[in-house]
Amino acid sequence: MKHSQVREPLAKVRGLGSAKDGTQHFIWQRITAIVLIPLTFWFIRSLLMISIGGGEQAFVAAWLSSGFSATLLIIMLVALFYHAKLGMQVIIEDYVHSPFPKYTALLLNMVLMYGFAAISIMAVLKLHLYVAPEMGTQ
Amino acid sequence: MTQKTDPTSFERPLSPHLQVYRPQLTSMMSIFHRITGAALVAGTALLVGWLWSAAYSPGCFTAIHTFFSGILGKLLLIGWSFAFYYHFCNGIRHLFWDIGKGFEIPNAYRSGYAVLIASAIFTICTWMTVFANTGVSQ
Repeated sequence: MKHSQVREPLAKVRGLGSAKDGTQHFIWQRITAIVLIPLTFWFIRSLLMISIGGGEQAFVAAWLSSGFSATLLIIMLVALFYHAKLGMQVIIEDYVHSPFPKYTALLLNMVLMYGFAAISIMAVLKLHLYVAPEMGTQ
Repeated sequence: MTQKTDPTSFERPLSPHLQVYRPQLTSMMSIFHRITGAALVAGTALLVGWLWSAAYSPGCFTAIHTFFSGILGKLLLIGWSFAFYYHFCNGIRHLFWDIGKGFEIPNAYRSGYAVLIASAIFTICTWMTVFANTGVSQ
């Protein structure tokens, strides 16, 4: 009997095939995409306001002094970098076939995207908690 | 002699042959979605640098601000903004396909042209807003 016939149909449906994560990749790509529609539009609008103001650091700090803006930006960064990680993963899987370069690229992609998310979220938190109050008094 | 009998030695057709494949709007827009996605991932390095320097390194922030106020920086930002609007609009087109709408060939072309026009209009409006408020040379 082939090994695949031993696997329970329910386990197959739940996505426990050879790829181990089944449709989760597809679904999260879509969920993050939908979340990013309003958030990136709001972000571009915020960037325009900052740029019209002159683009100096004080405008960035003033923008993120608002808890609302800082929260929305953090949500956007989480969705953005997860969306980016999933997208780059597909590109790597499609074009890099030899195991060593492929898994190196996949690992690098994950480390870079999660690292970018961590650094940018820390920056938003610092701007909100420490930099913004000083700017607000100016 | 073994050439004829060995089933692995036959010249089998390869697919797709990109060199002889007539490019259509739909296939070109599909690959451009991927290219803009990768370009936007590269652009996230700037987003991270911008946020990080705003929080941790005012000198670095000023350097980034100066570079992107110049011609080369502006051209890069214009390119990224078009890549963003394209990926944004075409992504929405993909979400409609995901719920099974707009697959008919004429509709796929119609939505394709709509995406191209919308991303061009969004890009132009964004930069007209910037230039109208800050001047072209700043």
